[in-house]
Formats: sequence, C-alpha cells, structure tokens
Amino acid sequence: MTVKTATGAAAPMPKAGAAGRQGFWAWLNKRLPIDQFMASQVTEYYAPKNFNVWYYFGSLALVVLVLQLVSGIYLAMFYKPGETTAFDSVQFIMREIDWGWFLRYLHSSGASFFFIMVYLHMFRAFLYGSYKPPRELLWLIGMLVYLALMAEAFMGYVLPWGNMSFWGAQVIINLFGTIPGIGPDLVLWIRGDYGIADATLNRFFSLHVAAVPLALLGLVALHLVALHEVGSNNPDGVEIKEKVAANGRPLDGIPFHPYYTVKDLVGVGVFLVLLAITVFFVPTVGGLFIEAPNWEPANPMSTPEHIAPVWYFTPYYAILRAVPDQRMGALLMLIAVMAFLFVPWLDRSPVKSMRYRGWMSRSALAIFAVSFIALGYLGLQPAEGLYVILARIFSALYFAFFFLMPLYSSLDPVKPVPERVVYHAH
Amino acid sequence: MADHAGVAGGDEVDLSRRKFLTRATVATGAVGTVFAAIPFIESWSPSESARAAGVPTELDISKLEAGQMTITVWRRSPIYVVRRTPEMVARLAGHDGELKDPGSDHSDQPAYAKNPLRSRSAEFLVLVGTCTHLGCLPKQHFAAGELYPSWPGGFFCPCHGSRFDLAGRVFDGSPASINLRVPPYSYPKEHLLLIGADEKGAA
Repeated sequence: MTVKTATGAAAPMPKAGAAGRQGFWAWLNKRLPIDQFMASQVTEYYAPKNFNVWYYFGSLALVVLVLQLVSGIYLAMFYKPGETTAFDSVQFIMREIDWGWFLRYLHSSGASFFFIMVYLHMFRAFLYGSYKPPRELLWLIGMLVYLALMAEAFMGYVLPWGNMSFWGAQVIINLFGTIPGIGPDLVLWIRGDYGIADATLNRFFSLHVAAVPLALLGLVALHLVALHEVGSNNPDGVEIKEKVAANGRPLDGIPFHPYYTVKDLVGVGVFLVLLAITVFFVPTVGGLFIEAPNWEPANPMSTPEHIAPVWYFTPYYAILRAVPDQRMGALLMLIAVMAFLFVPWLDRSPVKSMRYRGWMSRSALAIFAVSFIALGYLGLQPAEGLYVILARIFSALYFAFFFLMPLYSSLDPVKPVPERVVYHAH
Repeated sequence: MADHAGVAGGDEVDLSRRKFLTRATVATGAVGTVFAAIPFIESWSPSESARAAGVPTELDISKLEAGQMTITVWRRSPIYVVRRTPEMVARLAGHDGELKDPGSDHSDQPAYAKNPLRSRSAEFLVLVGTCTHLGCLPKQHFAAGELYPSWPGGFFCPCHGSRFDLAGRVFDGSPASINLRVPPYSYPKEHLLLIGADEKGAA
C-alpha cells in the first residue's frame, strides 16, 4: 500500500482483489469477494473529513446492538419464560448464577444506552439536515430501526415479570383497545388470554429474542447499505461527491479505515467507561433504568401507586396523559412518534446544516429539544395539577416543531453555504 | 422484452400469454399466502384452556356487609362487588351534570345495567374493576367528601386520575371516556351471584 497524503485523497491505492495477494487469500477471494467488499465499504469508502463528536453515536449504537445480542443470548440460557417461573428465574440469575447480575445489568443498562445513542444520533440528523435529499430513505430506514427498537425494548421490559412489567404491559396493550371497532378483539388476540398472562409473556419472549432482533439486524444492514450508497452527510451539509480529484475520489473525503475506525475506537473507549460505571455502581440509576416496583413479582390484583414507563418512552407517555380523552391521547401519541417519518418532506430549507440556517430553524430545534426533554421529565411525574398543564404546553410545542416546519424552514433567513467543507487541520 | 420477441426457429413469443400466466401465478401465490397466514394468526387467540378458565364464576354475597366491597376474579379481571347502603344509593342522584355519560349511552354494560344505578338491584353493584382508560385498578373512596368536599363517594384510579361514582359512572375531566364496565351477571339463587352468565347464557 502506498503512503497516503494528509487528506488521504490523492495518493493511488491498490485496487480491490490486488494482484499482490497470492495463495490461499487469492483462492478465497475468487470465491468470496472479501477484498472487494472491504475496499468498497471500509478502506476505500470515503467519508467527509470534517466529522465532529456528533458522528460517534451511529457507530456506538452498533456497539450497543452487539452488546445486547451477546448479553441477551446469555440471559436466555438462564431465563425461563412463564407466569410462575419468569420472576424467580431473573432472581436466580441475579443471585445464583456466577456473574449473572453482570449479564442482567449489562443488558438492562444496554437498553437505556441504546436509546441514548439513538436519540443523540437523531438529534445529529436534525442539526445537520442529514435526512434531506438524497438521504430521505436512509432516514426512513433509520426510523424503522427506531420503531423496531421501541418494540424490542417494550417486550424486553415485560420479561422479568415484575409488577411494573405487568402493569406497563397492561397500559400499553390497552392502547390498542382504543382503535375503533376492532380494538377489544385486537387486545384479546395480542394477549392470548382475558388478561396479561402466560400466553402474553411467552409470545413476547419469542418476539423479543428472535423476531424483532432479526428485523433489527436486517434494518440496520439496510441502513448501512443506504448510507454507503448516498455517502455520509457532514456538519457543513456539503455534498463531498460534487468536488472530486482527477482519480474520482472526493477532495474532502478520507477513507473510513483507518481514519474513522481509529476515531470511533476512542468513542467506544469513552462509552465503555460510562457503561462500566453504570453497570458496576448505579445499575438502576435511581429507578430510571430499572423501576423500583419491578423488584416485586407481577400482581394482577395490585396496581403500583404510580405507573410510568422507562425514561426513553416518557416523552410520548406525557403526551398520552396530557389529553383528557383516551382515544385522542393514543392518537396524538402515535402521531408524535410517526411525525419523524415526514421530516424530509416537511423541511423546505434550501440549506442542510444548522451552521448556515437562520434563527427560525435554530430556535425551532432548540425549543423542540427542550420540549422533548421536558416531556420526558413530565412523563415520570404523576399526572396531576401543574404537571398536566406543563405537559399540554410542551406537547403543543412538540407538534408545532413538526407541523410548522414547512413554514419556518422556508421563511428562515439562510446564510451562503461554502463550496467545500470547512476544515482546519490539527 | 420486444428485443427478445423473435427466437431461433422463428416462433413469435406470445407476450400477452406470458403476461397473463405470470399474473395468474402471482395471484395464485398471493391467495395461498393469505390462507397460509391463518394458522399463524389464529395461534395467538386464547387457547382452549384459557377459554375453559374463562367460565362463569360464583360468589356467595350473603356475608358481604352493607357499605363493603369484595373483589373476585373472572377472566383474569378483578370484579368489584359492592353492597350499597340506601344512603350510598341516595348519593348517586344530583351529580348527573358532572358525569360524561350519566345515562350509560356510550358505555359497555348489559341491558339490565343500563340505568342510573347501573345494576340489576339497587343494593348490589357489580363492576369490572379495571379502569376503562388503560386498565389500572381504581381504588375505593366510598366516603362522601373523601377526595374533595363535593366528592359523592366512588372510585379513583391512581394511574391517570380517572374518577367514578358509586355506580361506576365516570366524572368529567377524567382521561377515561366511558363508565366502568358491567360484566354479564345473574342471581341463580338468593345470595348467589353468578358472574359471566345471565339469561342469555354464558358470555
């Protein structure tokens, strides 16, 4: 391999499946295009050279996915789905399996970290307009990943069969009962019994360990294929493919490996420190990652004083509770989740990145971020008094961000976008 | 396709025939897929044993004191049975204006419970004890004024704050939009309450 220049763009590199390879490796590559794949997707995949800290969270979400698969496979070796066995088997894992507590806390903390990464990853897309053409489909596939993740997290939370598992499932499944006409029959079909029961727990186990993870893996693969087809966006929102060197490589691009594999490894290091601190010292994060009522077995005859989902669902839960009508509440909650799907078409700004947008788009995004966090807080509080009033105000702001987007994004006074990415070597 | 229309031997390819056969095959496959999906979908319905466990349940109500509530289970739902005192029944009149559905027109109950007391007799109230909002268990607050001065007694759901009176009728300002459900029930003998079955048969 020849020496690369500082930008990595100009120096020629050997072609995929190079003639230099011989023997077994050449034999292998004639039958399986490993070199070709690695070149096109990794060593000769050109990413913009001006990525910043916001670009860690995609690869970190992938790291969490792998951690969840590994810890999940191990938990399934000891967990016993079933009304009478589930809770005890989780306690058995916690107390009697060597390092069982570690496997479980790794998995439960991993779920929360998954959402932290995904929310930061989505915020990055809002900051730099990463959902705008030609990346609309990339964004849609990402949203499907998010929806699958929500389903996965919800069903996973039911499995320990604690009292919050039970009542959380009761509340969420009953949301389907608000669908006009088919609602009650649909709820009966989902539960497989007249209440949340053994049948419900067992089908959730199957979906949680097989069906949804398979869908997640497939969607993540599609997300990466779509990303590598259109190329990564960057903090300037400039298409690097438009300015290429004589050899056809983007002037502002650097090969993903080694430049970004090295960068991402630093991020992985920092993330693993935070994960280790959580798993070893504060695994429940004061009831935020695992709620207190889940340390009691499921009891269909006793509702916990205060039902709240885990923190990553509370913004939507606050919207649900802000409405004094169950059907309208459920509908608004659904719209709140689905609104993200339409963002590529709601945003009419000629500019991608917030760096070159005006005060309107910037304020709107800031208000939205504050509303999302505020709703997340309110969803954890009891639905009474001032909390409900605040939830209504922030719900209105939440929806305004989406539905006024065509307006403020087209009126927004934008700045000129540079020809090439802004980059200061260091 | 037109480029490949002429093949060696000079036979013309009948494109409309080919198109018809392709579509017919796809349609047959689609119908087959729909039928093949039935076992997978139906397997999620309540099992035979779940349905068998959902048979009507009996309750001896002779031991229930006036003003008291007991809870039994039918189809995995708690069933609230309240023996109302004449004073409790009297408190049901006078707050119709604060209710969402005082006449139970949009609520879920057998015909014999579609009345202001929502029961077959004034004395015994039988309700499905899950909130019609999202299924939590409303708690009993039977004393007048227990929640606030004008409170006429009833049920309060701690999850999302729905309020119901002593006939299970929902108050305005609650997230629940319909009254607490009344299961089908009957009295085959004196002091014997049968939940899940009435003159029309088992539910």
